[in-house]
Amino acid sequence: MTGVINSAALFLLVVLLAAAAAGPDSYEPVAAIVGSWFGKLVLMAFTATLYYHLCNGIRHLFWDVGMGFELPQAYLSGKAVLVAAAILTGLTWLIAGLS
Amino acid sequence: MKQLRTPLSQVKGLGSAKEGTSHFWAQRVSAIAMVPLVIWFCLAIASLPDMSFEALRLWLANPVSAVLLLLFIATGFHHGKLGLQVVIEDYVHVHGIRTALIILVTLLAWTLTALGVFSVLRLALAS
Repeated sequence: MTGVINSAALFLLVVLLAAAAAGPDSYEPVAAIVGSWFGKLVLMAFTATLYYHLCNGIRHLFWDVGMGFELPQAYLSGKAVLVAAAILTGLTWLIAGLS
Repeated sequence: MKQLRTPLSQVKGLGSAKEGTSHFWAQRVSAIAMVPLVIWFCLAIASLPDMSFEALRLWLANPVSAVLLLLFIATGFHHGKLGLQVVIEDYVHVHGIRTALIILVTLLAWTLTALGVFSVLRLALAS
């Protein structure tokens, strides 16, 4: 699910970069959208889905080597992934906001 | 010893595909590569003062940022293409549509990678 969203986000990133590469004039409308509060919210949401996908991906890598398959373990790691993703997202924007 | 499969199933190509290991491995290797790249990208994007043209240009004038963004885009689309392929294979049951969609995703992934790499280079090398 987050993989599909991340693919869409990556697509939008390339559109943004292509608009910028075409020159500051063609980038104007894109800058307006992504600079708005809505754009910033979308940006933060994408870092959240990226981090969640990353954490759950690591969970999958553990499963690939056969670790953590018992149901209680799976439920625990599932919750841990959600918490870790939230912490990573929060920390990222906190660090960025402070620097 | 008598084969346990019906001749029809053999002729229809049912059963094990006998291939897919390379896809599996490429997905895992690109995933490992994406771990540091995603962390870098999220921190870098959040650290930009704003999303203005100047901010982007300044950010990509740094060769490290440009190269990492190149790797993020290329690896991201490769990993994404592999992942979307699995999603399509799992949820699209009409063979013709499934094949067409996978081809479409593959072509899109490569086109967007090329566009992304070109855009990053253009921004990074601009004086």
